[in-house]
Amino acid sequence: MENFKISRIDRESLTTLQIGGFLDAHTAPSLEDAIQKLMDDRRFKIIVNFKDLNYISSAGLGVFMGFIEEIREQGGDIKMSNMTSKIYRVFDLLGFPTLYDIVEEETEAINKFVMAESDND
Amino acid sequence: MIKRKEDTNTKVGPMMPNIQHEYKLHLPSQTDNLELIRLFVGKVAEKVGFTENDVGKIELACDEACTNVIRHAYSEENNDKSLDVVIEIDFQKFTVLVTDHGKGFDPIAIKIPDMKEYLAELKVGGLGIYLMRTLMDEVDYNIRPGVQNQVKMVKYFVDKRNSKVVKPKKRG
Repeated sequence: MENFKISRIDRESLTTLQIGGFLDAHTAPSLEDAIQKLMDDRRFKIIVNFKDLNYISSAGLGVFMGFIEEIREQGGDIKMSNMTSKIYRVFDLLGFPTLYDIVEEETEAINKFVMAESDND
Repeated sequence: MIKRKEDTNTKVGPMMPNIQHEYKLHLPSQTDNLELIRLFVGKVAEKVGFTENDVGKIELACDEACTNVIRHAYSEENNDKSLDVVIEIDFQKFTVLVTDHGKGFDPIAIKIPDMKEYLAELKVGGLGIYLMRTLMDEVDYNIRPGVQNQVKMVKYFVDKRNSKVVKPKKRG
């Protein structure tokens, strides 16, 4: 879909989904498909980089809600990074920062996953 | 002595839009029109002087109302699946009316989610109505199934919570 962009980068056990454009009821199925593909590939350590995303509605938020439980049950997580203040405000309005690990930069999210892995060794 | 008729516009003051305006959009009830709806509502909100933050709130609330119509108002067999977005501007407020002609619903049956409960249970969906009520000053429903269902959302030019007057941009 032209107004929503998604690209996937796999690095060892981590996967980054870079999303851009807008995430609404029209484009949310693309994100849903991409995350479902990660579930099928059994990749549960996911970073979503919001750098180029300029709009999100509840349809987009609902996609993350739909997967987070399964991902955590599998020992993974969705960590979110690089949100603009506009996007963060929507998450904040709904109290989502208590539910999701939201960090400033993608490297912080990577470090958190790496630290958690080394703690488990 | 002939008393000159008072100019009602000056009475209202230069901070308020002083003419009632109406903007209308009639379009197919499809998700690919959500972007167009947001642009329409956002541009009008910007034009009357809402802050960037408030413009974002109005766009999102309107998107949520229209998404509900697109997802739930019409059954598969319905041939004329359309929705109307009307913006009315008067001295005090910015009103968005979203109207469809679908099956409607019982607004009393809509449970506003308790967000703590919601987050604890990781529910999916149901956030739209919560967002609309949080983002706008007033949200009302007028439901007549199969005839006309309308969601009315109001944002006042004076922020009730902060008592800040929203300055409209200069005309022209």
